[in-house]
Amino acid sequence: MAASGRCLFTDEDALSVVRFQNVGMRYGVGPEILHDVSFALAPGSFHFLVGPSGAGKSSLLRLMYLAGRPSRGLITLFDCDTATAPRDQLAELRRMIGVVFQDFRLLNHLTVFDNVALPLRVAGMAERQVLDYAEELLAWVGLADHMQARPATLSGGQKQRVAIARAVIRRPKLLLADEPTGNVDDKIALRLLYLFEEMNKLGTTIVIATHNEALISRFDHPQILLEGGEVFVRAAPGRAGADPRGA
Amino acid sequence: MIFPSLFERRSDLPLEGDAARRFLPWLVALNVYLAVLALAGLMVIGDSVKRWDRGLSGTLTVQIPPLSDDNQAKAAAANDARLRRSLEVLRETPGIASARPLDRKELANLMEPWLGSGDLVSELPLPALIDVQLKQDGGVNVAGLAAVLNAAVPGATIDDHKKWLDRLVLLARSVTAIAAAIVVLIVSAAIATVIFITRTGLSLHHEVIELLHVMGAQDDYVARQFESQALALCLKGGAIGFVLAAATLLAFGMLVGRLGSQLLPPMDIGPLQWLVLVALPVAVALVGMLTARIVVMRSLARLL
Repeated sequence: MAASGRCLFTDEDALSVVRFQNVGMRYGVGPEILHDVSFALAPGSFHFLVGPSGAGKSSLLRLMYLAGRPSRGLITLFDCDTATAPRDQLAELRRMIGVVFQDFRLLNHLTVFDNVALPLRVAGMAERQVLDYAEELLAWVGLADHMQARPATLSGGQKQRVAIARAVIRRPKLLLADEPTGNVDDKIALRLLYLFEEMNKLGTTIVIATHNEALISRFDHPQILLEGGEVFVRAAPGRAGADPRGA
Repeated sequence: MIFPSLFERRSDLPLEGDAARRFLPWLVALNVYLAVLALAGLMVIGDSVKRWDRGLSGTLTVQIPPLSDDNQAKAAAANDARLRRSLEVLRETPGIASARPLDRKELANLMEPWLGSGDLVSELPLPALIDVQLKQDGGVNVAGLAAVLNAAVPGATIDDHKKWLDRLVLLARSVTAIAAAIVVLIVSAAIATVIFITRTGLSLHHEVIELLHVMGAQDDYVARQFESQALALCLKGGAIGFVLAAATLLAFGMLVGRLGSQLLPPMDIGPLQWLVLVALPVAVALVGMLTARIVVMRSLARLL
């Protein structure tokens, strides 16, 4: 795989979906939020990203979905060096990633249907296919009756389902979710986690940032622990002797 | 740029709601209104200069001052003799196609813009004028002819209009340059408006743009939304500005026609010229669209 310039990647062959090597990050001239972060996520893996508030979970996710640059270190996505990849290829990489934001980031001037259809339109999919895919997915998340509604009229749980539908509609190879269970009750949170597990079984690599220890404990997945700006990868509770710096 | 998608109604960015953007059609309308008037003025001046040039190049005017005498009949006979002698000299000169004396009515018409059409003109002792048409390759020595003519008819002078035409062309060129500069300034003002409004839009909607970016939108995808908006708004403003300018020009043309003044150039704008004037708002809209695209692309290039 190319280490610099245009990547000739095929995601199926990727050795790692995400690889951080000695990554540091700071905002402006402020203190460094992440120090020497190194880890790799294998294709098809499922990780919880945990750590205290302010530890840098959202910043780490931003680096993973290419919304920010590290101040040092190397980030490769699907074995493609993001520092040297051309802009159009970064856009291609982003299309392989689905993101569920903590604050949903739904566009209030668009309908629920248009919000969910957005990633497909951005990718230039034909409108007929957009219609089919978006309708099917909205029916699947139980929002078939709300397709023409505006996000402002939806409940928190409904907004969350729209945000998740938008993140998964393009069948991403990597799904990143920032506190997806933060605004829903435990029952719905559990259902959401089952949904992510189903996607993981279909081959999607998943990283979920959460505070919900009770929920994490119900699933047998490794954890990326962020503490003091450093990363420690903890093995799944059901396993022993996992590699502390790799997945 | 993909032209078929320029007028798509769906936009991921809520640009319609921008307060600054709502003013864009009116600002463009004002700019196009002024630019169309300036361009039309430029055309009218250009046409007038061409007409004057066509009318005066290849011609000479011979002026024979009238002799005064208490005996009017005697003076008229002497003036007629001077006119006839001048015509003889002119017609004998090689390179002259024709020499035609202007009659009293034509002289009165020439003086009308300054003296009006009353009886005053007929009472004045006007000089006799001879309209001389030169052969195309006649090669007439105007200075030599003037000397010969002056010897035959003392006081007769020749005007080849060169000095007057040169001044007129200089004036017309200056006015044309000023009008062209006005058009350029007006179009520049329209471009500056589009730049300001596009930058405001980028700033207002940076969160949505970042979201589209995270979804994998290419810069071109975002730029198309801004450029199609700019094109639609500039076309709307351009149409308003053009209709108002056309109405102004037609009204002004009617006013000039009613005045019947020969001092003002006729407001005749031909079909081809109207086509150029119609093209102006379209050109402004296209420039606005291109400007919005360049501003967005340059701004997005700074993002990761």
